[in-house]
Amino acid sequence: MSAIPLGHQLINLFAAVLLLLAFAMLSQRRVVSLVDLFAAQGLVLAMSTAVVAYTTNQPHLYESAALTLVLKVFVLPWLLYRLIRRLDVRWEFEGLINIPTTMLIGIVLVVLSFNLALPISELASTVTRSTLGIAIACVMLAFLMMITRRKALSQVIGFLAMENGLLFAATSATYGMPMVVELGIALDVLVGMLILGVFFFQIREQFDSLDLKHFEQLRDDE
Amino acid sequence: MTVASLLSQLLQVAIALALAPLLVGWVNQCRAWLQNKRPPPLLLPYRTIHKLFVKDAVIADNASPIFRLTPYIVFGAMCCAAAIVPSLATDLPFARAADAIALVGLFALARVFISLAAMDIGTSFGSLGARREMFVGFLAEPALLMVLFTASLISGSTSLPTIVDTLAHRELGIYPSLAFAGVAFTMVSLAENARIPVDNPATHLELTMIHEAMILEYSARHLALLEWASALKLFNYSCIGLALFFPFGIAEGTNWLAMLGAAPALILKLVIGGAALALIETLSAKMRIFRAPEFLGTAFLLAVLGMLVNLLLGS
Repeated sequence: MSAIPLGHQLINLFAAVLLLLAFAMLSQRRVVSLVDLFAAQGLVLAMSTAVVAYTTNQPHLYESAALTLVLKVFVLPWLLYRLIRRLDVRWEFEGLINIPTTMLIGIVLVVLSFNLALPISELASTVTRSTLGIAIACVMLAFLMMITRRKALSQVIGFLAMENGLLFAATSATYGMPMVVELGIALDVLVGMLILGVFFFQIREQFDSLDLKHFEQLRDDE
Repeated sequence: MTVASLLSQLLQVAIALALAPLLVGWVNQCRAWLQNKRPPPLLLPYRTIHKLFVKDAVIADNASPIFRLTPYIVFGAMCCAAAIVPSLATDLPFARAADAIALVGLFALARVFISLAAMDIGTSFGSLGARREMFVGFLAEPALLMVLFTASLISGSTSLPTIVDTLAHRELGIYPSLAFAGVAFTMVSLAENARIPVDNPATHLELTMIHEAMILEYSARHLALLEWASALKLFNYSCIGLALFFPFGIAEGTNWLAMLGAAPALILKLVIGGAALALIETLSAKMRIFRAPEFLGTAFLLAVLGMLVNLLLGS
């Protein structure tokens, strides 16, 4: 393991931190800390994109990093904090499965996605190829979080975290997507967040709670 | 095996035996400072051990031989571990006798005997402590093994001297896998050494104690040996951590000059490590016992992640 360039080492480090943050989100009980973790994940993602841009001389990735920084570290967390304040939610854990079990399932998912990424990254020639497995793992863990959480707000944060993982996957597999696509996704996420924010109020008005299990009562024959 | 290597092996064990109570004293002193209390004297653990050695031992009537033997077995296991862990030098004759897995086994042996002895007398506190100890132990052990496996993967061997040699000579760089393993190891050591998030070493409040509950029936020289053994355990864990994650300054082979340089380096690292331990203990609150699986599960998770990341990234 001699003489790996510093840029590459930093990318690996950021990838590892992203994975760690994904697990931290999976195990987090409080929704406010969940938003903090999401913001931290956005920051790490932006930094790693910037490092990739620097090491591979791809100026368009700087724009992507800046976009990530503004959107994922400032705008979306701010929106989420505002929502939390206005909805006045401070729940303790609301998962379907207890935390240690969720973590164990998470480890299995990580092993699965590392295995999945291994043949792909052997074919690739980018400096970031080895982080593809971590990117897939992040997406899987965000999926898991969406499945195991019962409340709407945590599910939305899981969805946003999944988008983080996908962006990281794009960076590590192909040095990012074209700017148009990236801008489109960013706008989608932002608008989706705003619409979901309105939805939360509607859901709560209807059911007095953000617990999605109440949706099971929605039937035509009532 | 030459006479010189044997002598340096003896020197390492002697240093471990001599420094272990000092480390405990230092941690207690740091913790008192951080909590704005008047610190106990640095040499208090020595005085306690001395006081206990000169007293007369009292043993319950229904104690079996296991109860009498346990302090010696536990102390012996910790001495063996002190000989195996490369704290001063890497190429010592005894270190070849056992690898990382055997070292974990040695700690497990001590744990089994101390739990047996705790249940031997039949008091409720003893069996309560023993059950909790086994509960914490069976969660901490896999995590510890995973941490050692991460280091083994990097060096391609489970033999501790080889691991430390490889780690000490690698190129300076960022190793995410070792960072994960380091955090996991810290969490495991806190649990294994009956430190604050899991157990409180200073408590005599029966409902929360683990280690103290097990040695409640011991007195005099038996208690002295057990206290000394738990100090040695802390020393051993600190040395494993330092050897794995900060192996700089450790002597290779049995070069006397190198060992002379390694001893101050070790002491300096232990001083910093002890202060860090006191800081962690001051900053965290004791958990409910049923939160311990989550704490140790996180340690296990981190260790496994370290191993996986090492496999994926190769660093």
